[in-house]
Amino acid sequence: MHPALAARISTALRRVPIALVWAIGLVPAGWIVLDLMQGRLGVDPVRTIEHRLGDWALYLLVAGLALTPVSRLSRINLARFRRPIGLLAASYAAAHLSAWAVLDMGLDWSLMGRDILKRPWLTLGMGAALALAPLALTSNNLSIRRLGAAAWRRLHRLVYLAVPLAGLHALLSGKVIEPMPVICLALTALLLSTRLSRRIVPARQR
Amino acid sequence: ALPQGAGAAGAPAEDKPNTLDEITHYNNFYEFGTGKTDPAEYGGSFQPLPWSVQVDGLVDRPGSRALDEIAPARAVEDRIYRLRCVEGWSMVIPWNGVPLAGVLKAAGVQAGAKWVAFTSVLRPEQMPGQRRGVLDFPYVEALRLDEAMHPLTLLATGVYGKPLAVANGAPIRLVVPWKYGFKSAKSITRITLTDTRPPTTWNMLQPREYGFYANVNPDVDHPRWSQASERRIGGGLLGGRRPTLMFNGYADQVASLYAGMDLARDY
Repeated sequence: MHPALAARISTALRRVPIALVWAIGLVPAGWIVLDLMQGRLGVDPVRTIEHRLGDWALYLLVAGLALTPVSRLSRINLARFRRPIGLLAASYAAAHLSAWAVLDMGLDWSLMGRDILKRPWLTLGMGAALALAPLALTSNNLSIRRLGAAAWRRLHRLVYLAVPLAGLHALLSGKVIEPMPVICLALTALLLSTRLSRRIVPARQR
Repeated sequence: ALPQGAGAAGAPAEDKPNTLDEITHYNNFYEFGTGKTDPAEYGGSFQPLPWSVQVDGLVDRPGSRALDEIAPARAVEDRIYRLRCVEGWSMVIPWNGVPLAGVLKAAGVQAGAKWVAFTSVLRPEQMPGQRRGVLDFPYVEALRLDEAMHPLTLLATGVYGKPLAVANGAPIRLVVPWKYGFKSAKSITRITLTDTRPPTTWNMLQPREYGFYANVNPDVDHPRWSQASERRIGGGLLGGRRPTLMFNGYADQVASLYAGMDLARDY
């Protein structure tokens, strides 16, 4: 993209209030609530709620991963959207996990515990949740100051683990291979490979 | 007494049949797509009538039978059965149909016959899921002869006294209430008696996950999820889970079929 145009778009984006990002990001959740109140979630609302929350968590995780490479390629600065998108993704993941525990499993702790240990797709999903939790909890300025920027950045590399785990979890949850998780995993692999290539070939050598 | 399954007089209240809306809008019928509402949504393009079923293989009187011949109105019985899906959900469905045993006896089962194979309809032009090729169509399933002859085994032609909806496998489908739902092939076009065990669709796709017998068994888990409990459709948001029963609660009627078998091996 032409640098001048990219700079103009970046300036315009700086004026977008973060609250607006949150408002847009919460539309899918509002949609679920609306559908629920109007009885539009079908014969098995539990499954629909669980799946829709999980799908949005995954979409937002992949979107969050895409921000930096897209910024680099387009020269449009998207860095300030990383925190709200990451926190939105973590919120949907938390809601998805809660829907599973409360609505699907009926808070049967022994059944949940056994399933998480025994079933690879649940182990992967729980791994993704555990990797996301510290990132969500430290996505604030106070934590960056407390941890120091370098340690904070190191900690937040956990997202490179969490997103593929979440994608694999979605892939293995179905009876047959569905296109959505395959596409998310392919995008994740592509986005992670751009990071990896930058580490192997430092920028000044290109 | 007729085998009634759940829902007969004195049946526990939690075995109240699901509504027709639930029964026809929450289906696994991959011929129309993998989504639960795909069969209801895309079933309109499928024209089930007129219909005939080819009965052949090791029978004395092979041939094509019209739907009315297989399930004449006067022979149709009401059976309220629990349905347990291998995915971990369940329903209670008031079927109308005829025992498969009668159909097989009418065709004259030969002495060498040991298995009964079922072939579902193949009409990619009317079934979008078949065009996508999610499974290797046509869908095939099979039972051991004694399972097929069991009085609980039904060829269903209706639900709640109405002809089967496309989503439920119109116009005629198998119902084997003590097995996971995928054994009960929908929209059956052919019934073949054989002396060797026929191939079955899900078993061919994932033999570790879907056994030939596929008896409902809370003690033998699917490799990717527990089968110890199930969620009853229609239970509402906070319906919770209920324990899954051996042979889906029909153990007193069918357990003897498997005497001496290791059900963890022959799952």
